[in-house]
Amino acid sequence: MITVGVDIGSVASKGVLLNGEKRFSTVLPTGWSPRDAGEKILSTLFRESCIGRQEVDYIIVTGYGRVSFGQADKTVTEISCHARGVAALCPEARTIIDIGGQDSKVISINEKGKVLDFAMNDKCAAGTGKFLQVMANTLGMDVAELAASEDPSETVTINSMCTVFAESEIIGLLARNISKGGIIAGLHQSVGKRVASMARRLGAREKIVFTGGVAQNAGVRRALEEELKRTVVVPEGCQFTGALGAALLGLDI
Amino acid sequence: MENNTVEQFMDIRAATVAKMLEEKERGMKVVGIYCTFCPQELVLAAGAIPVGLCGTREEPIPAAEEVLPRNLCPLIKSSYGFAVTDTCPFFNFSDLIVGETTCDGKKKMFEIMQELKPVHVMQLPHHHKAGASLDLWIDEIKSLKTKIEEEFQLEIKDEDIWKAVDLVNQEKKALKEISDLNRNSPPPMSGLELLTVVWSGGFSFDKKELVQMLEELKKTLESREVDPKSAKKPRILLTGCPVGLGSEKVVRLVDELGATVVAMENCTGYKTLELMADRSKDDPIVALAEKYLNIPCSCMSPNPYRMELLGRMIDDFNAEAVIDLTWQACHTYNIESHEVEKVVKDKGLPFLHLESDYSSSDEESLKVRIEAMLEMIEK
Ligand code: SF4
Ligand code: SF4
Repeated sequence: MITVGVDIGSVASKGVLLNGEKRFSTVLPTGWSPRDAGEKILSTLFRESCIGRQEVDYIIVTGYGRVSFGQADKTVTEISCHARGVAALCPEARTIIDIGGQDSKVISINEKGKVLDFAMNDKCAAGTGKFLQVMANTLGMDVAELAASEDPSETVTINSMCTVFAESEIIGLLARNISKGGIIAGLHQSVGKRVASMARRLGAREKIVFTGGVAQNAGVRRALEEELKRTVVVPEGCQFTGALGAALLGLDI
Repeated sequence: MENNTVEQFMDIRAATVAKMLEEKERGMKVVGIYCTFCPQELVLAAGAIPVGLCGTREEPIPAAEEVLPRNLCPLIKSSYGFAVTDTCPFFNFSDLIVGETTCDGKKKMFEIMQELKPVHVMQLPHHHKAGASLDLWIDEIKSLKTKIEEEFQLEIKDEDIWKAVDLVNQEKKALKEISDLNRNSPPPMSGLELLTVVWSGGFSFDKKELVQMLEELKKTLESREVDPKSAKKPRILLTGCPVGLGSEKVVRLVDELGATVVAMENCTGYKTLELMADRSKDDPIVALAEKYLNIPCSCMSPNPYRMELLGRMIDDFNAEAVIDLTWQACHTYNIESHEVEKVVKDKGLPFLHLESDYSSSDEESLKVRIEAMLEMIEK
């Protein structure tokens, strides 16, 4: 059986094609049209795997763009897809922390990858990739550089939860010549605190697995570990867990 | 022809407005109420019409926010907004308005509302038990009686109250029987239909007529041919803050996402349907006071009857998941959600706490949550 999982997120779109043991994956920016992004993901996957569209049994689509993308055999929420994807990558996982561009969520799962409970923050940018993106701009750097530039020994606590206010807080700190490394560590701490409290509400059982675009930032992972006082694992290919989960769910149909 | 019966309920509100216009000229009195705590039996006993003023729409909220804080429950803002913009015909018709000291937001709003129209505020004690609380509530019901008598220049006799008690009890019984039809699988009513019936019923001009309509509707629904496939739809129990037409967003989304709200525990739904004034008491005022003090609203502390009722409803309606919908800035329901979660999880069911307002801005994010909860239900 051949299945494809497409995860159309607010910032990046991801795709995974499963052909027996063989797995192909691809990622690209979503841009303004989730539909086009989904199409591009499909054509890239087909090209790289040398598989024609008519050979595919099921296309499962997830992520915020799942509804506008018309090509799905089935749409499934990010919550179920992440659970399934993480369970495949890391069977001991019981808590998933997923921080994406626009939202962050915590999912509690059982040994089979079934969702037991979840919490989601998407009403506000605090605790999301967007927050870090805006702050990186303010600091005049790329969001990918944040982790390498942090200095946890000089962590400055950022008090504002609101992205707009946090921005002015940082401008104020910079004006007082506070070290950039300390500010960045503080930003990671701020995201970590927010999401950790959501995780604690759900119980934060081990193993805790961290996924989503922001999981590539080692500083946020460090902050999460400090807040939760537990090890937080970032599986390889963590950006693809949603798409992988979608493709795996396709096998169950 | 069958559909007409639920549709008839959609027309009740407009029909009542038209009738009131006429009857008011002939001296008919109208009493506006905001909450299930108002003993409407007294209003009926005075020959007046009780009508719900609780705001369930987004439109007047901006006007309300010129006076009230933004960070306030949308129900209170909408209620005040309708009053201050004079866009609710029922507020306009009301000769007397009755409020209660339920939650902090409402009681302070009533103070400000006095500037628009006289509001008689009943001091509601926040404890269910007999004793000082009951004594106070008996006094408050007596003062309401006096207030109505003075305002409308009449005397309310005990026998009139008992007659009204019978009528309201009949209404509750009929509403409960309709609601209980959804214990069946497949349920004969969608969530929106259930809401339409129970919410619109509250605007009826004549309770006797309403009871008759409900009885007829029951017959229609009993013989309704329901698509057997809909027995597969997940059965959702809704609890939390009041919901009405205008604020039905979550009920609608659940329907749209392929599930059914089979029952609603909130105060537009089942919350008060089992509570009836005890006919065997000597004093109707005491019977009323006992009945109303038992309402399991989250402004009561503690509030064990709500948890017991929820537990029973989960079983009776075979609920497969529970949604607790609380309006933004409604502290009592928001906090009590913690207790509700325990009741639901003890039953091994998925639980979803949603916090929302009357706007449509969060529909997408509500959808993801509801869908994910539906995916959690084992079939
Ligand atoms: S929820 Fe409580 S305060 Fe609000 S209308 Fe219902 S009974 Fe009254
Ligand atoms: S929903 Fe909550 S805050 Fe709003 S009026 Fe009712 S009890 Fe008060």
